[in-house]
Amino acid sequence: MSFTPQFFTTAESLVDSLDKRLLVVLRDGRKIIGILRSYDQFANLVLQDSLERIYVGDAYGDIERGVFIIRGENVVLLGEIDGDIEDTLTLRQLPIEDIMQMQREEAEEKARKDKLRHHLLYKQGFSVDFADNDLY
Amino acid sequence: MLFYSFFKTQVGQQVTIELKNDLAIQGTLESVDQFLNFKLKDIRVVDEERYPHMLSVKNCFIRGSVVRYVQLLPSTVDTALLQDAARREAQSTQQMQQQARPANVATA
Repeated sequence: MSFTPQFFTTAESLVDSLDKRLLVVLRDGRKIIGILRSYDQFANLVLQDSLERIYVGDAYGDIERGVFIIRGENVVLLGEIDGDIEDTLTLRQLPIEDIMQMQREEAEEKARKDKLRHHLLYKQGFSVDFADNDLY
Repeated sequence: MLFYSFFKTQVGQQVTIELKNDLAIQGTLESVDQFLNFKLKDIRVVDEERYPHMLSVKNCFIRGSVVRYVQLLPSTVDTALLQDAARREAQSTQQMQQQARPANVATA
């Protein structure tokens, strides 16, 4: 078996996505939107003018992040953002402080529910693993 | 290489890719590569409301390492062909392993 060098074959490459505004979903659950400037065979990415968009409920907030270099192993997917659909979205943008607050509340609520669920499972004899490796 | 070749035959078909985080994306398979990364176009996210960030995305690139399942239409799959290809691949891998193993060395 010949060991093919690890580069993108012509059928499958991100060259068409270069210089486009993309949404990148990461394994830790973050959504980064930025302009793809560079990539390699591991799907390492360089994004420019990027922002981290946090969604809570029907609202979202952005944090400016500038230039992002993302290690490929953390990438879940890249999505091309359709400008037309983007304009018609019903999501409302809120100041980032509000979003952070909402996110904190959501996290606390989830922690409360998880704690209860784990306790119930534990009583039934299940051992519950708390390690959340992939939060996406 | 076998699955890479197989997916190349599926280009243009409707597939649903289920990721390890339970996100399922339906779309037309545009391309695949040796790492089984996929590019889908005209996507529709199953259970849209849980994933508002995907609303304005029409085409996406999915890293192979995050895929759990790729759901296909049975009518588009020739299982007999696949079985043959798998058998051939298994035989060729066996042959290569035998070649790699050093032959019995005659002792003095």
